[in-house]
Amino acid sequence: MKRKKYTAPEDVTLPKTPTGIEGLDEITGGGLPTGRPTLICGGAGCGKTLLAMEFLMRGAMLYDEPGVYMMFEESAAELAANVRSLGFKVEALVARKKIVLDHVHIERNEFEETGEYNLDGLFIRLGHAIDSIGAKRVVLDTLEALFSGLPNHSVLRAELRRLFRWLKDRGVTAIVTGERGEAGLTRYGLEEYVADCVIVLDHRVEGQISTRRLRVLKYRGTTHGMNEYPFIITANGISVMPITSLRLDHPAGVQRVSTGVPRLDEMLGGKGVFRGSSVLVSGSPGTGKSSLAAKFVETACRRGERALLFAYEESATQIMRNMRSIGIDLETWVKKGLLEIHASRPTLQGLEQHLVMMHDMVCAFRPAVVAVDPISNLTLEDTEAAVKPTLMRLIDFLKQKQVTAVFTSLTSGSGAASSPEDSQVGVSSLMDVWLLMRNNEFNGERNRTLYVLKARGMHHSNQVREFVLTAAGIDLLDVCVLDDRVLTGSARATQEAHLAAAAELRGQGHQHRQRQLASKRKAVDAKIAAMRAEVDAEEEEMNLAIKQELMQENTMRQNATSMAASRGELGNKHNLSQGKP
Amino acid sequence: MKKKPPMSDNVQAFLDGATAAADEERYVLRLYVTGHTPLSTKAIVRIRKICEEHLKGRYDLEVMDISQNPKLAASEQIIAAPTLIKKLPLPLRRFIGDMSQTERILLGLDLQKTEKSPPPQS
Repeated sequence: MKRKKYTAPEDVTLPKTPTGIEGLDEITGGGLPTGRPTLICGGAGCGKTLLAMEFLMRGAMLYDEPGVYMMFEESAAELAANVRSLGFKVEALVARKKIVLDHVHIERNEFEETGEYNLDGLFIRLGHAIDSIGAKRVVLDTLEALFSGLPNHSVLRAELRRLFRWLKDRGVTAIVTGERGEAGLTRYGLEEYVADCVIVLDHRVEGQISTRRLRVLKYRGTTHGMNEYPFIITANGISVMPITSLRLDHPAGVQRVSTGVPRLDEMLGGKGVFRGSSVLVSGSPGTGKSSLAAKFVETACRRGERALLFAYEESATQIMRNMRSIGIDLETWVKKGLLEIHASRPTLQGLEQHLVMMHDMVCAFRPAVVAVDPISNLTLEDTEAAVKPTLMRLIDFLKQKQVTAVFTSLTSGSGAASSPEDSQVGVSSLMDVWLLMRNNEFNGERNRTLYVLKARGMHHSNQVREFVLTAAGIDLLDVCVLDDRVLTGSARATQEAHLAAAAELRGQGHQHRQRQLASKRKAVDAKIAAMRAEVDAEEEEMNLAIKQELMQENTMRQNATSMAASRGELGNKHNLSQGKP
Repeated sequence: MKKKPPMSDNVQAFLDGATAAADEERYVLRLYVTGHTPLSTKAIVRIRKICEEHLKGRYDLEVMDISQNPKLAASEQIIAAPTLIKKLPLPLRRFIGDMSQTERILLGLDLQKTEKSPPPQS
């Protein structure tokens, strides 16, 4: 903190002139040193002239600072034509007295040295040009032509020293360009005169892909970005990507966004991913990475958000056609202007330039969701060590902008054979959510599976799900597990059928046993009934016997009575009834 | 050079220059200086002397101060001072410096040959 306090006043005391070039002002902390010359050097065709011209154009257009462009190699008409293709209309500014173009024509054979001389002619010429429009900015492109034009270099060097002193005294912010030399920064050692600010442009070819880079080699009296920054020349001039991963202070929101697949949201704690987080979808070929990314993009559009899809494998129309087959309609959103598909070949330019381009497109389109399909293709030509920092810049940038990003990554090998965790481009550690998609080959068929390898800051499922693409869209199914093996596809179907059959069988067994019991109960009941019937019969028989005995007794008694009566006297009847004497 | 002669005239002038005697040719010279500096003064004195010695009566020398008339510097493509421009006879030629190396000027003005054989380069 203490250091910061010390550097802050320095930045204040050193006035800076904004270049208006995207990114460059951020790297230099405000622009080029005001009232001092800046050297821009680099090899042929690396954009020195364009950078210098843009500095003047932007100065005239944005900051109302007129400028003088003194060129030694091209003519004014040539220069105007060259920069017109990049969207600069120099002639209009020249007509409005905002810019003066002065072509210094030097032809070596024309000069004959006849003694002592100086470059007062150039001074007067420049001075007049500056005074005529009140210029604040001056470009000298490139002074080195003087070295080939004038034979006496010792005079020239003394005069150049005087020229830079003079420029400083005039208080103009100057850009001096210089061709890259073999030994030093510039062929004729211009850097020894310009001590305040040196910017080196570079144009390197690695793996047949060229990338332009910019570096602030030196900036006296101020802090500046030290790195090499890739830049591209677009239709709107130069664009430097100043994304530094120096800071790690992007805000972290709690808002969640759906991935578009309900079951996947469910796996990610039920709500999807955090807004502004980065999702990596990796997997072997044909596992459905692009489909998932497309679904994500489509879902964002459905929510009414803007989405940007960078495709490096298929053309825009091809994507729209293919996604329609699984029920994802991208065309509607493209027509509505919510979705932009940017398809290009990864070999079109280097990784850095791709990133600069993405940066510009994101800044221009301001999407809520960005999908890159795939990042692994971008890294085709670069070594892995170079890939990580550049991708880190992109991811950092997207996070700063609170853009939810989906990156697909193709893992080499057939998934099952090699560990997909190993074959990443070294970016997985930067990702907040990592979905891994695999092909399971088993039982004569391949099936897609998906699982959440990691998901920062949210509860997530540890389950493997089967990833199914149908005409109706994407769905995730629970997989079947049998003997420590995950079953998918028809095996899962078979297993499910098998389980169903077993369940049915078990059900039938229950019924059988119940029926058996019922019949047994019936048998017992029957037996009980029979026994009861037997007892009843016995009882009946017994009652019958008793009845017969009683009847016999009565009959005997009646017989005795009737016999007594028949013996004689009725009176005896009473005697008989009162008891036998 | 105020009016550019047509091509045929140009060619004619060239042929004339090649065939006719050097005495008949008229020299149009412009010396551009920057203010009253020692270099300027030296150059003016010296070129006048050369002209008087070698081109007497057939030269047209004009001395211009570009610090007074800076527009000339751009239109005449002046970067060094002093600069002498031989406008005629063609081809156009520029001499920079304080005109102290008389031999080189004479050589450049195609005057050496008419006076004497060129001195050996040393």
